[in-house]
Amino acid sequence: MITAQLTYMFFQQYWWFLVSLLGALLVFLLFVQGGQTLIYTIGKTENERNMIVNTLGRKWEFTFTTLVTFGGAFFASFPLFYSSSFGGAYWAWTALLLAFTIQAVSYEFRSKAGNIFGPRFFETLLFINGLLGTILIGTVVGTFFNGAEFSVDMMKSVTWHSPARGLEAVLNWHNVALGLAIFFLARILGLLYFMMTISHEEMYKRAKKHLLINTIPFLVFFLAFAAWLLLKDGFAVDADGIVFMEKYKYLHNFLAMPVVLIIFLIGVVGVLFGVLKTLFNKKNYDKGFWFAAPGTVFTVLAVLLIAGYNNTAFYPSSFDLQSSLTIQNASSSLFTLKAMSIVSLLIPFVLAYIVIAWRAINKKKITNEEIIDKNEITY
Amino acid sequence: MTQLLLNIDPSLVDWSRAQFALTAMFHWIFVPITLGILFIIAIMETIYVKTGDPEWKRTTKFWMKLFGINFAVGVATGLILEFEFGTNWSNYSWFVGDIFGAPLAIEGIMAFFMESTFIAVMFFGWNKVSKKFHLASTWLTALGANISALWILVANAWMQYPAGMEFNAETARNEMVNFWDVLFSPVAINKFLHTVTSGYVLAALFVIGVSSYFLLRKREVLMAKRSIIISSVFGFLAILSVIFTGHGSAVEVAKHQPMKLAAMEGLYKGGEGVELIGFGILNPEKTADNDVDPFVFKFGFKGMLSYLISFDSKSYVPGINDLLKGDENHNVISVEQRMEKGDIAMNALIAYKEAKASENAEEAAVQLAIFKENFSHFGYSYVDKPVDVVPNVPMVFYSFHIMVILGTLFVLMFIIFGWMTMKNKIDKFKFSKLLYYLGILGIPLAFIASEAGWIVAEVGRQPWVIQDLMTTTAGVTNISSSSVQLTFWIFAFIFTGLLITEVSIMIRFIKAGPAKPENDGGTEL
Ligand code: HDD
Ligand code: HEM
Ligand code: HEM
Repeated sequence: MITAQLTYMFFQQYWWFLVSLLGALLVFLLFVQGGQTLIYTIGKTENERNMIVNTLGRKWEFTFTTLVTFGGAFFASFPLFYSSSFGGAYWAWTALLLAFTIQAVSYEFRSKAGNIFGPRFFETLLFINGLLGTILIGTVVGTFFNGAEFSVDMMKSVTWHSPARGLEAVLNWHNVALGLAIFFLARILGLLYFMMTISHEEMYKRAKKHLLINTIPFLVFFLAFAAWLLLKDGFAVDADGIVFMEKYKYLHNFLAMPVVLIIFLIGVVGVLFGVLKTLFNKKNYDKGFWFAAPGTVFTVLAVLLIAGYNNTAFYPSSFDLQSSLTIQNASSSLFTLKAMSIVSLLIPFVLAYIVIAWRAINKKKITNEEIIDKNEITY
Repeated sequence: MTQLLLNIDPSLVDWSRAQFALTAMFHWIFVPITLGILFIIAIMETIYVKTGDPEWKRTTKFWMKLFGINFAVGVATGLILEFEFGTNWSNYSWFVGDIFGAPLAIEGIMAFFMESTFIAVMFFGWNKVSKKFHLASTWLTALGANISALWILVANAWMQYPAGMEFNAETARNEMVNFWDVLFSPVAINKFLHTVTSGYVLAALFVIGVSSYFLLRKREVLMAKRSIIISSVFGFLAILSVIFTGHGSAVEVAKHQPMKLAAMEGLYKGGEGVELIGFGILNPEKTADNDVDPFVFKFGFKGMLSYLISFDSKSYVPGINDLLKGDENHNVISVEQRMEKGDIAMNALIAYKEAKASENAEEAAVQLAIFKENFSHFGYSYVDKPVDVVPNVPMVFYSFHIMVILGTLFVLMFIIFGWMTMKNKIDKFKFSKLLYYLGILGIPLAFIASEAGWIVAEVGRQPWVIQDLMTTTAGVTNISSSSVQLTFWIFAFIFTGLLITEVSIMIRFIKAGPAKPENDGGTEL
């Protein structure tokens, strides 16, 4: 009995780790969205804009697929979260979906003959996706720490108690701070990505200038979020599954799990190092992305881990504390978690072929000449 | 009917269904092309790599571009569908999450990444990776798309026939106890093969249709003929599988969803040695409560339905009325009885929960036993009145017959197009033009057959969202009907825009034709 309990807990923790990892990878891949908000800032001529859209266009599928898999994995491992948050925060998720739906077609349609609306229209859609996609994801993730207004009954049927159906999350400045931090972070990553993949002197200079401009608000929002997170009360769970408020809960979580704290610090340093090294390098340093990107993954991973580990309710209900979701009460059955865990052993292979394909495509930088040759551009 | 559902607004259910149907059917415009055309492209590219003939490369690239235009919309709508399970069917998502989530997550890890990684190589890699690597990427993209179809279809099959699970009263949901039973249920196998191969048929007809246009215009004759040969062979093999597995699906429907089968055939009064309707016109006056003849006109094959589902032309097939009122001679329980048993199950579940809460272990055990005994009727506690378990008969009946009739036509089309082109006669005989028009007409017909299939499967399943366990009403998210109405119109608006744009781009692209050979690709030819 005890060992069965322990095994179950192990798999629940394992799947919380995987879901967090997917979330972290998603935030890193939002560089595509961040880049989309900079098409006109960095691309002054049509050719330059084509270069931007084509360098981002090689990667948008990864972000999209990661979002899809993040949703699927959450459904599979913590179905109660899926049914309560998605059905409850209806408008927040629907807005997010719409923001991504318009993206998928924009690359493909933008420069094609017969696209009715013209390239500007699709560039606008890409901008909207970049703006809303990032801010909404951050804001919704903010509710992991600030709670949402729902209750779950005996039959696990969920009732949402705010008429705004999820949009009320923007009324909490802490959620929004996270949303804006992610927005500016995505733009930073987008800029670093341009510097790395586009061979164009003027665009590099412009990107460098905007790197500074975006780093300042990023730091402001990120530090505000982080400081408040460490100071605020958190949603703790006791051994009987009773949820209660604990002072400095998230700070305690970091202290109780030093490994997570170290991951967090490495992540933050990675992002800052990538940015600063690029800003203060005299030559056209173009590898900053490879510090900031893993840095992002580490930071977000750590933040999501403290939301669920160490007896914490990862989706707290501010309406009825005892309805809060924990990785214990929201998870799939042991059988299902085990079956999925076997499949998850394939993840390293998946990562391996993604890396191979990524390198094959990004071996050469995008150049002006390539873009002028109409036969070679796809988007 | 228990108190749980009294506060669900019926218009909410209708709008939620409409929204899901809209999204799913829209998604299904793009999915079958993706499933099939990727293989056609992969075969073409293989020939190119083998022969080095640049004309094959041009041909490959032409279809690949068309595929790309199509693919983007498929992806965009797929995302909405996935999240719609949560946003609009949240009770259902909890009820099935333990079974359903796993295939979806596995699909993400195994298939979607494969598809999206190699698709990038396929589109951008022409001058960046070796020919072999590129070819492998094309095949892997095709494989990825088809694996991604596997998981979602397994999930859908499970809703029609919930296998490999046990209901956990503690958590109020179904939990998986045998993964292989879920994966290899005969319903799932038939459904997967029938659905993906129907996608191949559709894609083959699409390629034939576009090629027919070129032949009609006397342009790109070589490319068009080559494309027709490949896709008619591919399509012919696929349609054989479609018919074989379609039959297999019908046999499974007869076993697990007799009401759906009765609706497919417009069979009100069943019996032994039942006829198969070839085609018929239903009498609009007919309901389950009156004695009107169900058909205004029909022609059928005697004893054939009985024969097809059991290889015995005398076997018993229940009709709609037999299923409603019960038929003791053939062990068919009436819906009314099932509703009673369903209520017993539901009340026992509630009593069990209460006993648990008050720590009365003895009482809990008693109630759990009662619950388990009546569990196979559980969903009937959600049913209001017996006739509610009858789906929309005309919709299911006509959709089914249209699908089957078109399927037969497609067999002929593949044979004619394949034969005429291989013998190099297609542009040299009297009725060439007529044949080209038929080819072009094949495209909309393929879409009609394919969408009709889903209507049979999904509308025929009503009122169940999970056969016998959960009604559609019980699965819906509790939200105001006006919210869903609003999202329905937003989606309808966006989808219409997407469809118009996509069709417009495709037409422009087809009219322009493949890239001129001399400035294509450059050096590596
Ligand atoms: C028989 C096949 C089949 C069926 C029944 C469905 N799909 Fe689909 N889906 C595909 C076959 C497919 C595909 C061929 O793999 C797609 C189509 C176009 C594409 O790009 O991939 C796809 C794309 C696709 C995507 C985008 C994946 C990506 O980012 O690459 C998602 C999230 C879904 N689907 C989800 C669903 C859901 C929730 C469905 C159930 C209602 C569904 N699909 C029905
Ligand atoms: C892409 C192919 C599909 C098409 C065209 C399709 C079509 C439909 C249609 C027409 C309806 C509305 C039925 C009605 O309310 O009368 C529906 C409902 C539904 N389908 Fe499908 N379906 C598809 C795939 C799937 C799959 C793969 C699943 C599950 C794995 C699924 C699950 C559902 C659910 C949950 C509903 C809503 C509840 C209901 O109305 O029954 N569908 N679908
Ligand atoms: C020619 C003989 C055919 C037969 C006997 C047949 C039979 C069936 C049956 C019984 C179903 C319902 C399965 C269920 O409810 O679970 C079905 C579904 C379906 N059919 Fe067919 N079909 C045929 C041809 C076609 C053709 C030509 C197409 C399209 C090109 C097609 C596409 C579909 C699709 C997409 C579905 C829904 C998915 C599924 O439930 O498997 N079918 N078919």
